[in-house]
Amino acid sequence: MSIQYYIFFCLALFSIGVVGVLTRRNAIIVFMCIELMLNAVNLLLVAFSKMFYGIAAQIGGATTAGIDAQIFVFFIMVVAAAEVSIGLAIIVMMYRNTHSIDVNFLNRLKN
Amino acid sequence: MGIMKILIGFIILWPLAGFLFNGLGRNYWTKKVIAYKATGYIVCSFIASVFAFMYVQNHGAVTVHYFDFIHTATVKIPFDFKVDNLSALFLLVITGVGSLIHLYSTAYMKEEAAPHYARYFAYLNLFIFSMLVLVLGDNYVVMFIGWEGVGLCSYLLIGYWFTNGSYNYAAKKAFIMNRIGDLGFLLAIFLLIAKLGSVNYSEVLTAQSLAKLSTTDITAITLLLFVGAMGKSAQIPLFTWLPDAMAGPTPVSALIHAATMVTAGIYMITRSNILFSHSEFTQHVIAIIGISTALLAATIAIKQNDIKKVLAYSTVSQLGYMFLGLGVGAYSGAVFHVITHAFFKALLFLGAGSVIHAMHHEQDIRKMGGLKAKLPITHITFLIGCIAIAGVPPFSGFFSKDEILAAAFAKSPVYWVLGVMGAAMTAFYMFRLYTTTFLGKFRGTLDQENHLHESPIAMTIPLILLAIASAMAGAIGIPALMGGQHWLSHQLIPIVGEPVELGLSHSLEWTLMAVSVAIAMIALSIAIVIYKKKTDEEPITFIGKFFYHKWHIDELYNEAIVNPLNRLAGFLKEVVEKQIIDGAVNGTGKLVQYSSRKVRLIQNGQVGYYILFMVIGIILLFLLWFNDAPILRLLYKLNQN
Repeated sequence: MSIQYYIFFCLALFSIGVVGVLTRRNAIIVFMCIELMLNAVNLLLVAFSKMFYGIAAQIGGATTAGIDAQIFVFFIMVVAAAEVSIGLAIIVMMYRNTHSIDVNFLNRLKN
Repeated sequence: MGIMKILIGFIILWPLAGFLFNGLGRNYWTKKVIAYKATGYIVCSFIASVFAFMYVQNHGAVTVHYFDFIHTATVKIPFDFKVDNLSALFLLVITGVGSLIHLYSTAYMKEEAAPHYARYFAYLNLFIFSMLVLVLGDNYVVMFIGWEGVGLCSYLLIGYWFTNGSYNYAAKKAFIMNRIGDLGFLLAIFLLIAKLGSVNYSEVLTAQSLAKLSTTDITAITLLLFVGAMGKSAQIPLFTWLPDAMAGPTPVSALIHAATMVTAGIYMITRSNILFSHSEFTQHVIAIIGISTALLAATIAIKQNDIKKVLAYSTVSQLGYMFLGLGVGAYSGAVFHVITHAFFKALLFLGAGSVIHAMHHEQDIRKMGGLKAKLPITHITFLIGCIAIAGVPPFSGFFSKDEILAAAFAKSPVYWVLGVMGAAMTAFYMFRLYTTTFLGKFRGTLDQENHLHESPIAMTIPLILLAIASAMAGAIGIPALMGGQHWLSHQLIPIVGEPVELGLSHSLEWTLMAVSVAIAMIALSIAIVIYKKKTDEEPITFIGKFFYHKWHIDELYNEAIVNPLNRLAGFLKEVVEKQIIDGAVNGTGKLVQYSSRKVRLIQNGQVGYYILFMVIGIILLFLLWFNDAPILRLLYKLNQN
């Protein structure tokens, strides 16, 4: 399967995430959109890694080419998990304080 | 040597002690303590000066070294004092007249509150201290320290009544005009250091150092020194501060602006006479400026109606005579005139002070008259002062003025003719002053008439002593022509050399003397006859108005120098400072404020906006980072597949 499909798919996924973050007011939805962006990147990394490995294997037999991207992906997943735990905690705190999870209410630092 | 070091130290330290005592304790002491201390210190200084004088008479000049003032690889300026015949004479005059004026001031300033009374005496003591440093210094730098010190005290004392704005203006005027002269003096010192590497009299004023200097150098140095003397001794063109300096208390006018400080220029030139004698050009300049000042000030004095203004212009005129003497090489004559002038001018000023005191601070002579009966001691002493200054023998002014005039005649008869004209005017305006003030009928208010009284004893004693000195001081310089020894010129031989033979025959000298005395007598008789009956009204003739308005010199200076400077300052203030510099500074501030107000709107608290800006920013960064060619290539490639 051509790499272009992966690229277009990831681009679409990432853009959906960006637009979601920009337009939605619900903090949890915003959060999910961030995850979407992260996963778009993850997917792209895996796709490139696989492609790179395939080309390297055709040329020179056994190889570890592209393995670093896979490791990055694991890192990103771990960090994203940590971020989710903190982010959700923040959202809980925010709900306790404002009785809402609308990010537009978080404007006390303006001006 | 050791004893002289202590003695000379005490001469100057007593006035300094008085200054510190009165200056620091002005809120604590009573007026009595202040007066006793201040006067006592100067009297102590006078006694020490007498001892120093006697020491010099017996053992010759003495130099004492205290410490090195400036010590570098190339220049060494010691803080040395030197007492020789010239400085010893000045010491006696300064501390002697100074003591009398201090005594006089104790009564004259009685009405002042204690702190101000103390301030007055502190300044006066500081003045004596500075003046003594000036005459005692053994090099030009130490002299300059005293020179600046007396200028400062003059400023402080002219502006003593500091609540009066015009007095402050007069003080500033004096200070600034002196500063112009001081610049000349300072440049002369720099030139001496540059050319000779020394400012000590003992090194500068020798044949060896003169050989090192070209004629141009000597002319430059002497002219610059003379500029300094011009400022301090009120010569054309820097004389206008002295009449305005009469804003100060009258004893101050007597001490600083008649007897001592204004003669500093004559002292300085006499001290450096070796340099001056080697520059023909400078001598001509000095003589011409001296005689012009003498005549100009005399013409102004004729028309003035303020008792102190007449005396002030008379001082300027007499200082002009002294410079004429210096210019024609009669150094001992000039010093002689300094001494006699110190006596009779101090006497006249103190007499004027006594009159002003009796008249309740009225200074206009048109409102006086007939004070002879009410103020007998003041009257008689003032009369002696007038006779002395008019040059009537055998009073002191006659001898000193005649010595200068004879030397002037030997140089050029023109100087003599002008000098005699000046002397005639001097006799005229002094007796105009005397007659209007003391003779005739009283013209003041009834209130003033009832108040008229002779001054207290503390004021009359100095008057009497100074009157005696004015009458007798001629004895120190009776010329050989009259069978005298001329003690003074013998005194000054170590400084100015043997008196120059004038080459005039005895009969000619007698004739000159007789002519000048006769003219002076005629002038004073005319003055008595005219002013016995009437006083001067507002002048009507052109010349009268011209003299009355002081030749419009103040206006001229205002138009030529002060106003252009003011306009320049105004331009710098209004345009350069307020618009350009302030505009730039304020503009920067305003720009920052304005732009930050605008930028602040971006921070609106909406998380969405922040992220939007972030995204836009990232996109822009990408566009910058991969400039358009690779981007286009990428898109092209994507299209290809």
